[in-house]
Amino acid sequence: MSACLTVWGLLPVLLLGAVATAEITAGAFVLAALIGMTLAVAQRLHWYPLRIAIAIYVDVFRAVPVLTQLFIIYFGLTEIGIRLDPLPSAIVGFGINGGAYLTEVFRAGLESIHQGQMEAAQMLGMTRLTALRIVILPQAVRVVLPPLGNFAIGLLKDTALASAVAAPELMFRARTLVDKTFLATQIFTTAAAIYLAMSLPLGYLTRQAEARFSRGRR
Amino acid sequence: MTPDIFGESMPELLAAALGTLRMTALAFLVAAGLGLPLAILRLAGGAAGRLAFLYVEIVRGMPALALLFLIYFGLAPLGIVLNSFTAAVAAFGLNGAAYLAEVYRAGIQAVDPGQREAAQMLGLRRSQVMREVTLPQAVPVVLPAMGNYLVSLLKDTSIASLIAAPELMLRSRDLAGTYYLPMEFYLLAGAMYLIMAWPMMHMVRRLERHFARGRLRGGGT
Amino acid sequence: MTSGPTGEPAPAVLVEVIGLTKRFGEIDVLKEVDLSVRVGEKVAIIGPSGSGKTTLLRCIAHLERPTSGHVAIGGERIGEKLVNARWREMSDREIARIRTGIGMVFQRFNLFPHLTALENVMLGPTRVLKYSRAEAEPLARGLLRKVGLAHKAADYPEKLSGGQQQRVAIARSLAMQPRLMLFDEATSALDPELIGEVLNVMRDLARDGMTMLVVTHEMKFAEDVADRVVFMDHGRIVEEGRPHELFRSPSHPRTQAFLRAVVDRQAMTETPAS
Repeated sequence: MSACLTVWGLLPVLLLGAVATAEITAGAFVLAALIGMTLAVAQRLHWYPLRIAIAIYVDVFRAVPVLTQLFIIYFGLTEIGIRLDPLPSAIVGFGINGGAYLTEVFRAGLESIHQGQMEAAQMLGMTRLTALRIVILPQAVRVVLPPLGNFAIGLLKDTALASAVAAPELMFRARTLVDKTFLATQIFTTAAAIYLAMSLPLGYLTRQAEARFSRGRR
Repeated sequence: MTPDIFGESMPELLAAALGTLRMTALAFLVAAGLGLPLAILRLAGGAAGRLAFLYVEIVRGMPALALLFLIYFGLAPLGIVLNSFTAAVAAFGLNGAAYLAEVYRAGIQAVDPGQREAAQMLGLRRSQVMREVTLPQAVPVVLPAMGNYLVSLLKDTSIASLIAAPELMLRSRDLAGTYYLPMEFYLLAGAMYLIMAWPMMHMVRRLERHFARGRLRGGGT
Repeated sequence: MTSGPTGEPAPAVLVEVIGLTKRFGEIDVLKEVDLSVRVGEKVAIIGPSGSGKTTLLRCIAHLERPTSGHVAIGGERIGEKLVNARWREMSDREIARIRTGIGMVFQRFNLFPHLTALENVMLGPTRVLKYSRAEAEPLARGLLRKVGLAHKAADYPEKLSGGQQQRVAIARSLAMQPRLMLFDEATSALDPELIGEVLNVMRDLARDGMTMLVVTHEMKFAEDVADRVVFMDHGRIVEEGRPHELFRSPSHPRTQAFLRAVVDRQAMTETPAS
């Protein structure tokens, strides 16, 4: 019973960690989305070397664990003189890793738009680039919303790994507290509950987006 | 990294990679095996269905790392002490079961209900319908998704390094510390994951292409 | 013929197709097709599926690149330009410019689902011709009125019937004030009762003097509206001529066989009250 009261007192620390978790998630999401959008569009331009380079980036970063990528950025880069703080290295690490994943998501989104849309736009005298911007992209955004939502939820959970590079997020706080108090069961359960509390609203929003998108279909 | 260091480290890293593969295989079996009954319970509905739903939602709502810590550290005070390898297999297996339950469910629901009705009108029992008609048609949807899951499971085993389970990431971390060569050893580990994952990724793409060919393509002339 | 029935000079040639061949993989879908269309002429292209009629139209629009041969619109080759006495491929921008003078109506309408009917029609003028909204909107509304859909201006495509969507698509192409309109089986994807409203719009367009190339299965429409009917089979133009000549007394056996099959089918599906 006293253990529960102790955990209650530790809650503020955990919640502080949750804030950092949210920060890492948001920062990495924005970075990944920017990378993904740019590369997905770039892949549609008919320049072969660029397409190969992007394909390699995507395959490599999707085959290597994100923990390894985090370690390379946080520990490995120090060898060549680049020293990043834990939080920024987490954002960069998850962002670049997520960018590879989102490139595929955006690519599939662009491809899902029927070829006839591009042809109709071209027959109105638009160049491919203009057609992409005005006709294809707005439609692709709607298609892409559900997978983006699922990605955000996965990203939220992945940020727990940033505890391994001492980023002051929720899992790191939890581990530190467990080391001090030995209340592993209670503290990890509480941390898990906080993750649930953060991911369930995101899941709900994503399912809403999924439903709204399929309603608007032809 | 000198050739000497490379030569000394490689056998250790290869042995650790084997540990990674073992962990992946065992966790996959647990996840695939547990996931199917979970999915069927979900589809059947009722109290058991609701419990299955709760399990899936709760396990999928938390990071795998949290589940891992809960099982390895959190069960000990309650008397259940597992070694790191077993704890990892259990954690990834339970996590994967929740994920695959959804994959199975989506695959089964993707089969046209008309198929089931036609089979029923031929007099087939529910279990026969599932076995002869539904599951075979769910395979094209489910198999590639399971393949993708296998690849991400392989990568997730690296997380077990944080409870000192015997796999690749832990070994490369040790060696990085021993020789003060983090960049080299982590890049090496990354390359080894790439080599392990790439054949799986290739297989999944081939599977997807194989199944896409058979599907009707709605197009105009 | 360089002079018409009253002795005036015949209208200039607008579309010139010369030796057009298109190969997909192992198959030659178009084999050395030659076609010439004058300003104001309405040409109907008929034939069995697989005959290459749609591919011919798409090559004229340069949505497909010919394997050999070329297409010229108003004397200008589309897709190629002369550079230092050699033919080089045109850039996307140059092709887009030529396409502003061509309008195309697709079998599947291809309306932009994220825009209202009015916005669909205004898109070309505002984004390509750089009209201001104040200039484009009345133009667009006028065109929607012309196709009978002024009251649907604010609706999204998903709310419109197939026939309505196709009429909006026609208005959208007309907004660019093209000198040539291409129709690729414009009514083939429509429910039978919706075909008439689209054909009526096309009839009006023909009456207004538009140069039209129409790939169609609607034989009665072709007979009524076309100046010339072209019958294609297996990638070649088998026969062409004035409608009542080709339909009543076709000379080539393949044309005869095709028309016989079509007439039989259409007779069977004709409902008494139509």
